[in-house]
Amino acid sequence: MTYKRHVDRLPIIPTSAKEHNVTCHYCIVGCGYKAYTWPINQQGGVAATANKLGVDLGQQQPAETAAWYAPSMYNIVRQDGQDVHLVIKPDPDCVVNSGLGSIRGARMAENHTSLQRGTQLSRLTTPMVWRYGSMQPTDWDDALDLVARVTAAVIDEQGEDGLFVSMFDHGGSAGGYENTWGTGKLYFGAMKVKNVRIHNRPAYNSEVHATRDMGVGELNNCYEDAELADTIVAVGTNPLETQTNYFLNHWVPNLRGTSLDKKRRELPGEPVEPGRIVVVDPRRTLTVAACETEAGKDRVLHLAIEPGTDLVLFNALLTYIADKGWIDRDFIAASTVPAAQGAALMSRPGGGGPGAPDPLTDFAAAVAANRTTIEEAARITGLKPEDIVKAAQWIAEPKAGGRRRRTMIGYEKGIIWGNDNYRTNGAIVNLALATGNVGRPGGGVVRLGGHQEGYSRPSDAHVGRPAAYVDKLLIEGRGGVHHVWACDHYKTTLNAMKFKQVYKRRTDMVKDAMNTVPWGDRQAMVDAIMTAIRQGGLFSVDVDIVPTQIGQASHVWLPAAIAGEMNLTSMNGERRMRLTERYMDPPGSALPDCLIAARLAKAMERVLRERGKTAYADQFEGFDWTTEEDAFLDGYHKHEKGGEHVTYARLRAMGTNGFQEPATGVQDGRIVGTRRLYTDGRFSTKDGKARFMITPWRGLQAAGKAEQKARFAFLINNGRTNMVWQNAFMDQYSEFVMDRMPYPFIEMNPDDMKELGVAAGDLVEIHNDVGSTQAIAQPTPSAKRRQTFMLFAYPTGVQGNVINGGVNELVIPNYKQTWADIRKLAAAPEAARRLSFKSPEYRT
Amino acid sequence: MKGCDLMVEVGRRRFLGGLGVAAAGAAASAATAPQAGAAPAPALVEYPSHHLANLSQLKTDEPLAVAYPDKDAPGVLIKLGTRVPGGAGPDGDVVGYSTVCPHKGFPLAYLKEDRTLNCPGHYGRYDCEKGGQQIWGHATQNLAQYALRVDAKGDIWAEGVDELLYGRLNNVL
Ligand code: SF4
Repeated sequence: MTYKRHVDRLPIIPTSAKEHNVTCHYCIVGCGYKAYTWPINQQGGVAATANKLGVDLGQQQPAETAAWYAPSMYNIVRQDGQDVHLVIKPDPDCVVNSGLGSIRGARMAENHTSLQRGTQLSRLTTPMVWRYGSMQPTDWDDALDLVARVTAAVIDEQGEDGLFVSMFDHGGSAGGYENTWGTGKLYFGAMKVKNVRIHNRPAYNSEVHATRDMGVGELNNCYEDAELADTIVAVGTNPLETQTNYFLNHWVPNLRGTSLDKKRRELPGEPVEPGRIVVVDPRRTLTVAACETEAGKDRVLHLAIEPGTDLVLFNALLTYIADKGWIDRDFIAASTVPAAQGAALMSRPGGGGPGAPDPLTDFAAAVAANRTTIEEAARITGLKPEDIVKAAQWIAEPKAGGRRRRTMIGYEKGIIWGNDNYRTNGAIVNLALATGNVGRPGGGVVRLGGHQEGYSRPSDAHVGRPAAYVDKLLIEGRGGVHHVWACDHYKTTLNAMKFKQVYKRRTDMVKDAMNTVPWGDRQAMVDAIMTAIRQGGLFSVDVDIVPTQIGQASHVWLPAAIAGEMNLTSMNGERRMRLTERYMDPPGSALPDCLIAARLAKAMERVLRERGKTAYADQFEGFDWTTEEDAFLDGYHKHEKGGEHVTYARLRAMGTNGFQEPATGVQDGRIVGTRRLYTDGRFSTKDGKARFMITPWRGLQAAGKAEQKARFAFLINNGRTNMVWQNAFMDQYSEFVMDRMPYPFIEMNPDDMKELGVAAGDLVEIHNDVGSTQAIAQPTPSAKRRQTFMLFAYPTGVQGNVINGGVNELVIPNYKQTWADIRKLAAAPEAARRLSFKSPEYRT
Repeated sequence: MKGCDLMVEVGRRRFLGGLGVAAAGAAASAATAPQAGAAPAPALVEYPSHHLANLSQLKTDEPLAVAYPDKDAPGVLIKLGTRVPGGAGPDGDVVGYSTVCPHKGFPLAYLKEDRTLNCPGHYGRYDCEKGGQQIWGHATQNLAQYALRVDAKGDIWAEGVDELLYGRLNNVL
C-alpha cells in the first residue's frame, strides 16, 4: 500500500500564536511562508474569533484557501527549550508564490527534528569523533581542539595548500549570507586557501563565467518579467519541477493570457498578446507538457535538440536575426563595445591558453565569427530548419508597428552542466544583447538557479583561474586535511566511483592510525594522525546537519543548524532578499555554520599561539561573534553593495517580500531595492559596455566524451525531479519521499526496455568506462530511443559514478553528456512493486 | 486559456453547494479551554458509516460521484475490474477516493484511459490502482482513500478516510 499518514485532524493555530517570517530554504525561488508556534498545551478553536486564520473552521474551506494546512506543514518542535506546536504554511501575501507551496517546500515543518513525532531523528546533535573504531560523541571544545591541532600541523608541513576545503557557496538552508561569510572569513580571510571547491562541482569557480565576463550579471531581471515577455526561451531547464512556483505563479499566467492586464498597464501603447514559449531540451519534460496545456500547442515550440549542441543553435539564431535586421541597433550602439574596441579585445595577449577566456568582442565581429547557417545548425542539432527559423521569429521578429519583441531567456543546468559551458553561455548572452533584451521589462537573460543565493566572502582572487581541480588532486593523493562543509562528494561529484575508492583508502589509513592511540593522549593522537598523513592518509572533518555518505569516511562530524533554527538571510532568483527568522532550537548542541567557523578560528588561534606562531595566529582574530547576527553585521552589512542599508530589524519589518538587491537606500524605514539590473544600459564592466563573445563550435569539448559516446549505447542524461530536494540529504529520511522514490529512476523508451528484457520497476545497472550505478526502470514513451534520463545525486544509486572526469577549461564539470550501457540487475524489488509507473504527464 | 479559472469556479461551487447542511456525526473540535466535567473526547476522530451505493450501480471504469464523510467532501467510487490494494467487494476491485486535490483543493477528474485522477490546477496525477499514490504533483500527501465495507446485499459503506482532507483541519466537521 502506498504511504498514508492516517492523520485525520490537526491542532488549530490559536489567535495567540507567534508568527515568524520564513523563506523556503530549498530551491532558488524562495517562496514566502509563515511559521506559527504556540505552547504545547494550547490550541485554537473552530470559531472564527478563536483561531489565527480568522475563519470558521467548522466549514469546508474552498480551493486555494489560506485557512488550511497539510499534515506535512505541522510538527512539534523545541523552542527556547520548550515543546511547541509548529505550522509552516505558504504566505498568500508573498509576491513570489502568492500562497503556493510545492512538494518540497510544503514539507519544511515535517522535515524538522521532532523527538515527539519522530521526524528527522538522524540529525546530528553533538560533535562526533572516530574513537575506538566508530563515531562517538564528544563536546565542541574537544572536537575543535583536535581539528585545529591536526590542521595547524598539516599547514606547518605542507603550507595552506595542504588544507583542502569543500564548502557551500549558496543561500537557503545550510547556506546564507551569515554562513558563507563565516566560512569565507576563515578560509579566505584568516587563511588564503587555494584548494577549495563548492558543493556541486570539483572547483571553486563560477557556473556562469561567460555572462559575467561579458558584463552581464546572471540574475538581472525580476520574476514579473516572465509575465510581461512576448516570448520566453527556456534552455536546458525544467522549471515546473526545479523552479516550481516561479513557473506556476509567473510563467503560467503569461502562457494562459491572464497577465494581459499587467502587460497593458506596464507596457502602454504596445501590442500585447498571451506569451509564447520556446523550450530547448533534448527531453520532452513535464514543463513542455504543462506549457502545451496552458498555451496550446501552437504557442509552444519544443526544440528537442541533439544533446550538447545548444551552442550551434544559438549561433544560428544570432546569424539569422542579424541578417534579418531584427536587432536593437540603438541598444548595441549605446551599451555594448564599439567595433574599434572589439578588435583590440580580440587581440589581447593570453587568449586561447588554458583558463583564458574566449575572445570578447563587439557585435559585428561576433556575428562574423559565429556565422552559422540554418542548414548547418539543423544538421548538427538534429532540429528542423523551419523550427529554428520559427524560434528566431518568436524571439526577435518585430511586433506590429515595428515594436521590438520582448524576449526573456532563462537557462540552467542543461547549459551549466552541459557541453562547452563557457562558450554556450556566451552564445546565449550574445542573442540577448543583440536583441536588447537585458535591463528591460519582459526581458532578461538569466540563469534560473538551483539553490538560493547568499554569497558574502572576502575576495577569492587567490584561488586563480582556472581554479584547482580539487577532486582530482585528492585522487592524486594531495592534501593532508580536508574540511567539508555541507558537501557530499560521494553523491554530487563526477568520476565519483574513483573518488570514493581513493578517499576511503586515504581516510582509512588515518582511522587505523587513530585506533592505535588512546583518545585522551592528544599529542600521541596528533602524532599518529600526522604519521598516517605523511604516508598518504587524509584527515577528514565533516560539518553537516545529517550523517552524509562522504561523512562515513570522516574522523570528525560537527553538527550544524539550518534556517529556522537560526536567523538566516538569502536572496532568490530575482535578487529578493529576506530574513528567515529563528522559530525553533537547533537539535542538541548543533550550531549555525558561521559560529562553528568562528569557534574553529579561535581554536586555530589558540593552537598557533601555543606553537609560537604569533603573527599567523593574529590573522585568526576578529571572530568574536556570539550570534549569527554578529556574522551578518561583520559580513554582508559591511561588505556587500548596499549592505549598509540592510539590518535584521529592517528585514524583519519587510516580511516575506523583503527587497531586491542591491539596496540603494532606506525610505520611511523600508529598504529601497532594485527591481531590474542594467535599466540604465550600463553593464558590469569598467567602461559600462557589455561585450559580445566569439563562440565557435568545437564538438564535444570535455575530455573523453566523444570516445564515450562512440563506445556506449545509451545517453545517460540526468537531473532533478519535483519531489526531491537536491541530493535528498533530508528527503532520504522522509517516509513520504522514500516510499515513492526508494531508488533513483531512469526514464527509458519502452522499446529499449523490451530489447533489454527490462520491465517497469526492474533494477538496472548503468555501466561504462568509469564506473557503474543502479536505478529502476521507468518506461517513458516520450523518451527518444537510446536517450535516458536518470535522477541525479540520489543516495541509493549515484549517477555520478558513471560521469567521467572531463571538465571545461575553467573546471566546470560536464555531467549531462554521459554515455553508458544498461543491463538488467534484478526484477523489481519489493519497494518498487508499490510504485505507479504511469506517465507523470498531465493530460485531459 | 480560461480553463483553469473556470475550474476554480467549479471548485468553489462544489464546495459552497453543500454548506449549511448539517453533517451527520459532526464532532465538535475541542474548545480552547477544557470545560470542567466534560466527557473525555475519544482519541480517534469518529467517522460516520455512510451508505454510498450498491454494487449493482457500478460499471467498470465508470466513476460514481459520492460524498464522504459529508456532503461538502466530494469523492468517487470506481469499480476497476481488477483486484487492487485497498479494493473492496467480492472482487477486491472497488475503490473510493476524495476528489479534492490535496495540493490546492481543485476538483480531480477521472481519466479512464489509465485509471488516474487528474488535477487541472497544477497537473497533479493520482493512481487509482495504487491506493491513490501521487504519480506526480505538488501535494505533500497521497490521495485520501475511503475505508469501504461491502455487505451481503452489495451495499457499499464508507467508514473512514486515511489522509487529512483538503480544506478541513478535522475530517469530520
Ligand atoms: S518552489 Fe522552491 S522555494 Fe518554493 S516552496 Fe518549492 S522548493 Fe521552496
